[in-house]
Amino acid sequence: MNIKKLKDKILSRAFLRGVIAISIFLIIWEVGARFESWYGYRVPWIGLIPPPTGVFASWGPLLSDAGYWQSWQMSFMRVMGGFIAAMILGIPFGLFMAVNRTFHDTAFPTFEILRPIPPLAWVPASIIFWPTAELSIAFVTFLGAFYTIVINVLGGAKSINKQYLQAAQSMGASQWDIFRRVVFPATLPSIVVGSAVGMGITWEVVVAAEMISGGGGSGGNGGGLGFFIWNSYLGGSYEQIVVGMISIGIAGYFSSEMLRNLGGHLTPWLKTR
Amino acid sequence: MSTTMNTDTNSQTIVTKGAIRIEDVVKVYDPDGAAVMAVDHCSIDIPGGEICMIVGPSGCGKTTLLNAIAGFHGITSGEIYLDNELLCGPGKMQAEPGSDRIVVFQNGALFPWKSNLENVVFGPMMEGRLSKKEVYDKALKMMADAGLSGTEHSFPGEVSSGLRRRVEIVRALMLDPKVLLFDEPYRALDSLTKSVMHEALLDIYYKNKVTIFFITHDLEEAIFLGHRLIIMSSRPCKPKKIVEVDIPHPRDYSVLTSPRFRELMEEAKGVVNEEAKKAFEAGEKEG
Amino acid sequence: MSTTSLKASEMTGTALTMYRISTWLKSPKPYLMLIGVGFILAIWYLFVEVWQLPRFEDMPGLTEVVIEYFNPDPIYGLSIYTPEYYTHIGISLRRIAYAFFLATVLGVPLGLFLGWSRKFHEFIFPLFELLRPIPILAWVPLAIIMFSGSETPVIFLTFLASFFATTLNTMLGVQSIDESYTRAARCLGANGWQTFRHVIVPGAMPYIFTGLQISIGVAWFSLVAGEMVSGQFGLGYVINTAYTMVTYPTIVIGMITLGVTGFVTSTMVRMAGDFMMQWRVRELALGDN
Repeated sequence: MNIKKLKDKILSRAFLRGVIAISIFLIIWEVGARFESWYGYRVPWIGLIPPPTGVFASWGPLLSDAGYWQSWQMSFMRVMGGFIAAMILGIPFGLFMAVNRTFHDTAFPTFEILRPIPPLAWVPASIIFWPTAELSIAFVTFLGAFYTIVINVLGGAKSINKQYLQAAQSMGASQWDIFRRVVFPATLPSIVVGSAVGMGITWEVVVAAEMISGGGGSGGNGGGLGFFIWNSYLGGSYEQIVVGMISIGIAGYFSSEMLRNLGGHLTPWLKTR
Repeated sequence: MSTTMNTDTNSQTIVTKGAIRIEDVVKVYDPDGAAVMAVDHCSIDIPGGEICMIVGPSGCGKTTLLNAIAGFHGITSGEIYLDNELLCGPGKMQAEPGSDRIVVFQNGALFPWKSNLENVVFGPMMEGRLSKKEVYDKALKMMADAGLSGTEHSFPGEVSSGLRRRVEIVRALMLDPKVLLFDEPYRALDSLTKSVMHEALLDIYYKNKVTIFFITHDLEEAIFLGHRLIIMSSRPCKPKKIVEVDIPHPRDYSVLTSPRFRELMEEAKGVVNEEAKKAFEAGEKEG
Repeated sequence: MSTTSLKASEMTGTALTMYRISTWLKSPKPYLMLIGVGFILAIWYLFVEVWQLPRFEDMPGLTEVVIEYFNPDPIYGLSIYTPEYYTHIGISLRRIAYAFFLATVLGVPLGLFLGWSRKFHEFIFPLFELLRPIPILAWVPLAIIMFSGSETPVIFLTFLASFFATTLNTMLGVQSIDESYTRAARCLGANGWQTFRHVIVPGAMPYIFTGLQISIGVAWFSLVAGEMVSGQFGLGYVINTAYTMVTYPTIVIGMITLGVTGFVTSTMVRMAGDFMMQWRVRELALGDN
């Protein structure tokens, strides 16, 4: 993107409007949080939380704190682990259910019965079962993404235009060929969407699991961003809570974006009208 | 200028409303980017009450013209007048959509969440000029006139697409528009349903004299329905040839096998095929 | 007229339901379903209680759970006979009700406007998208700090999750409406507000209800998390306490109850949607034509 286009985009009305709203939000937050120290009256709710300036002030030193970045790393690895496992198991599972009627009728009801149980409800069972805290978190993370990916794959495979399959058959394709060259590519867009959503859920679960199960690892600063937040709360450093929240938000957003980009490369045909 | 409008046996009204004048209109999409010219200095004069068929190959820009008249897009230069009032032109490059020019859409735009009757009364109810009872009475009568009795309380999703088209036309006519803009409305119908639709449309036309601006790529449809054919060149579109259809109205399906019909087909076909070939070779996507 | 003389497309109401059920029963589907579920249950039973495989031996077994669940005087305190069981369910449901209702009442209009007005979208959507990626549980400490008591933070978290999902899906719904409909409305003389009321809102309904189903799923997810961390009653609390008190069969009871209530509430939302959109039910029943 050349400079002129970038400049146009930044100065565009749409961009400025977004900036204005966010600025107003930040101002209200700042004023509300500081009000008590200025005028003695505590604003409900906002008055209890640290102001944005305080948050950014405490973020500075954290950036050079190894423990902080270690939290990032731990969370990221858990997310990746659970997510990849969910893809490896979920995509074939979903595709097989879509392709084989008998398997679908056998497995899907059980899947659907287990699905409403929130992944976090599995945490205690997971902790009991798996030998390490790490694995128990990974399992719960896996579950969260697994359901979403399977549902999306199923939905995508079911809505493949029958005529694509018939066209392939009339051209003499074998079952495997049909699967590899028709069913799989046609389901890719749904897989991509399912992954992006699944990624978001994975982050939710990781953070939750980290907070609930005490972070595993070596405790202290190494327990992942969820644990970082919880620890900051227990330790009374409220600014760090918000730092942690924003950090996770950024991490989650970037993971989803990366996935969407990757997905875009895998499905170039969707870019046309 | 043909005089066929005045030989209609049902009424003696001379239609003066609904005359469209398109003057030297140019439409360029994305002027700072890809700069695609869709309409190239197009000038067309459509007298009030005429059924004007716009024929041309896929993607040539016919829909752009329709959208400009309807007010969905603006134009880049030129002017469009309706009954000598400026619809769009210098100083006002996009017309406002209005109930004097109503569009019947290619894939149908009956609101699926309203029953057929509720769709039909939509226009006047929004206008608010008539009382509810008056509106509903008029709607029921117009639907009966169009042979739609009994379908009032069904939803559009429950009836055939041919029937949906007719309901959509009646919905438009409730507002007494000057112009009806058809964007290849029968494209998706099979040819048997199409012939029935054509006769139904003419039937409706004889009862409600409106100007009809009808886009199609089906020559038979064009000659059967229209007073005039305007054959457009491939993109960017420009009128290439005008064919006057002097078969008298009212017409019925026997017209299709008349010698004059065949002659007109011959006249039009050569030109249409030439332009279609160009579009085919250019790989144009249908609009 | 007897039902057998009607074609499937002509049946309605109970006759149609009975016909559908009888066809279902005649197909292999229900039996495969039982096989699938039975298979999982069998594995559970075998691995934990019969073979007592290494990692599985500490887990609560199938018979243990079943006996406990139907025990008038349960060892660990929770069964279908104990009033506490229903209290917990009721409390979780109540929290879901508050949060979901609030999220819908705020989220649907917000989503509608975000989709409808470009200006509004340009202002508000960036801010919305800035807050949305923050996982709901990351808000727990802040929620505890901001709101007094233990009820409000939990409801707030549940509300937040539900709100984001509802708003986003509603907005996407509005954006997915075929532009022919809005164009037709304008041609027919409808002004902005009329178009909004007669086209946008009904047109977005199918998407809104899909969003609501997602939203209630997300609500349960957050509720359980919130209850596990900072609640005093409710199913999440039950599961967490059962774990810390080493009363494992109750964990499973809690999980199963969650599954069922989650499923029931989701179905209720879907049924509400079907009821409000009769036109769509009929259209889908007849297939494309």
